[in-house]
Amino acid sequence: MNLLNVVDLKTSYGPVNVLAGVSFFVEPGETYALVGESGSGKTTVIRAIAGLAPAQDGSVTFEGQEIRGAPESVMRPLRKDMAMMFQDPVGSLSPRLTIRSLITEPYRIQGMKDRDLDAEAKRLLGMVNLPAHFADRYPYQLSGGQARRVGVARALALEPKLILADEPTAGLDVSVQGELLNLLNDLRERLGLAMVIITHNLSVVRHVADRMGIMYLGRLVEEGTTEAIFHDPRHPYTRCLLSANPEPDPDARLDRIALKGEPPSLLKRPSGCEFRERCPFAKDICTQTPEWEVNGGHGLRCLAPLS
Amino acid sequence: MTETLLEIDHLSVDYETGRGDLKALRDITFNVNKGEIVGIVGESGCGKSTLISSILRLTAPNTRFREGEIRFKGQDLLQASDRQMRDLRGADISIVFQDPMQTHNPVLTIGQQMLDIQHRSKQSKADKLAHAAKMLGAVGIPDPEARLKQYPHEFSGGMRQRIAIAMALMSEPDLLIADEPTTALDATLEVQIIERLQELQREFHCAILFISHHLGVIAELCDRVVVMYAGAVVESGEVREIFHDPKHPYTRRLIECDPGHIKERARVLPTIPGEVPDLANLPGGCIFRDRCDQAMARCATDVPPLDQLKEGHHAACWLNHEEVTT
Ligand SMILES: Nc1ncnc2c1ncn2[C@@H]1O[C@H](COP(=O)(O)OP(=O)(O)OP(=O)(O)O)[C@@H](O)[C@H]1O
Ligand SMILES: Nc1ncnc2c1ncn2[C@@H]1O[C@H](COP(=O)(O)OP(=O)(O)OP(=O)(O)O)[C@@H](O)[C@H]1O
Ligand code: SF4
Ligand code: SF4
Ligand SMILES: [Mg+2]
Ligand SMILES: [Mg+2]
Repeated sequence: MNLLNVVDLKTSYGPVNVLAGVSFFVEPGETYALVGESGSGKTTVIRAIAGLAPAQDGSVTFEGQEIRGAPESVMRPLRKDMAMMFQDPVGSLSPRLTIRSLITEPYRIQGMKDRDLDAEAKRLLGMVNLPAHFADRYPYQLSGGQARRVGVARALALEPKLILADEPTAGLDVSVQGELLNLLNDLRERLGLAMVIITHNLSVVRHVADRMGIMYLGRLVEEGTTEAIFHDPRHPYTRCLLSANPEPDPDARLDRIALKGEPPSLLKRPSGCEFRERCPFAKDICTQTPEWEVNGGHGLRCLAPLS
Repeated sequence: MTETLLEIDHLSVDYETGRGDLKALRDITFNVNKGEIVGIVGESGCGKSTLISSILRLTAPNTRFREGEIRFKGQDLLQASDRQMRDLRGADISIVFQDPMQTHNPVLTIGQQMLDIQHRSKQSKADKLAHAAKMLGAVGIPDPEARLKQYPHEFSGGMRQRIAIAMALMSEPDLLIADEPTTALDATLEVQIIERLQELQREFHCAILFISHHLGVIAELCDRVVVMYAGAVVESGEVREIFHDPKHPYTRRLIECDPGHIKERARVLPTIPGEVPDLANLPGGCIFRDRCDQAMARCATDVPPLDQLKEGHHAACWLNHEEVTT
């Protein structure tokens, strides 16, 4: 059984159709990456899964239980098994609580009174490579990357089965980022932790994700194993995105495929293929609407895929 | 001829804490020339944000300036009045904060906030709004006119970051300070923003102080790079020298750790083992010693000075010192 199953998830804010039907699944112990254009709805997807954003239609099942639109009384006990790492590290930490209170809050919320909170705080800080004395600090006394690590420690507190991680390594230097990814890889091997990870860092995706989905304008446009996507991207948007990744070498020769124009308005979705106006590979046929087609586990929404 | 715009001169800054003074910046010295793009890289917590909040004098209440000067166009900013600083911030120096929520007031619409920052301009409200919409369009926000009526929480993370960039560019500053301005942007947008910043530099000769953990962006955008570790500058130089011929072990390890270099999936990514020293309780000798695989006896006792190795390339490591003196 899949740990998480998302089927045709739809979210609107008033007239703005943010998610136009998103489907994917995550198996136990698997890491699934969501990448794609800024504003394409990635954060909304995982917030909707966690019950923190509306979802007017579709289905979300966690261990077989339908949870779309479930009330807080249903979600709260599930938060033990499904933890969230927020995109905005400082903003998501309550400013009046010490780091000790913040990272041990999950134990209190779940009513786990028998825990030694001091010891747990120390253990969790150690896990994300922060010194124990940070427990007495307040969020404003942390650097950006330190606050990010506190968010990670908090999400790991209850050893969840699934982590919904929104940009978990943004703002970390490459060494700390490596430590964090090694930690997550290790938890996956030891505890079977599964993860949905949103990141703009394509180098990170390549090292942690088993499968990945690429979003554009509230929909998946391509999905497949990370290997397949990096070696053989079929959707023009995926190709453009991968070609844009800046290389850590001032003399790198970059064969970038430029995206044309501006991202379209969600209020006036383009007709036909929604990527058409910006697609460097568009053909006449692209005025028709591409369907989602799956071939050997590789999903694609394009009428003239690249080969 | 190069003209110096910003000079950081032997700057030392502490945070007062319950555990004693945390020495967040120690003896920082470097320049930013007019129209130049300077990148700052370094370990999380090494003092990058402290440095820029010091330049702008937007520091936390427990900050103590211990020593040194920060000169902008020759004026010592640490001696400037609050009013002078406020004037400077809106007009000559702009900032994009690491956390875009810090820039945006949650209870005001984006349009109102973009009007507010144009308070000095004599234009009509309609013109100011049109200018605001144009700037939003320039950073890739669709439907800019309609979007001006929305509140910060109604935008995605990357959109908030782009709005912060648009707001910082509105005054066409001489110096733009950007603290991780592209972390929440997808690669295509990141490239677009890099190109926009390069254009700005060419058009207006605007200097940029650019902080990022993304070494790829630094390599592509910057002319010069300053590498910081635990509150000190350990190396600085022209971007090619830093990436191709790093002279400090920390710089070398940092570049090696970039997963961008590793093309096949790795189970275990490289890291720099060990911990950053406690800034409230600094060890003697070289601050990188505990984590350095080339440390020598001398490194435990003497602090290596930031030597000039060749024109414009500085590093603080005894390994180079041997070469220089022998
Ligand atoms: N509370 C809200 N009210 C109105 N619109 C919203 C709200 N939250 C998100 N949106 C809109 O939904 C769209 C998708 O936002 P979301 O945050 O999911 O994007 P994202 O893919 O995570 O982008 P980023 O990579 O920039 O973080 C955006 O157009 C955003 O403006
Ligand atoms: N107000 C404060 N009081 C005490 N310590 C602080 C305060 N603000 C920051 N610090 C500490 O000072 C050091 C430098 O922080 P700073 O935010 O400048 O780091 P940074 O280089 O910007 O890191 P990052 O890359 O993670 O954003 C860190 O160790 C941080 O914990
Ligand atoms: S359907 Fe046509 S326009 Fe759309 S992505 Fe494919 S090639 Fe491009
Ligand atoms: S001075 Fe010594 S410890 Fe410090 S970086 Fe150089 S070799 Fe390593
Ligand atoms: Mg997001
Ligand atoms: Mg910072």
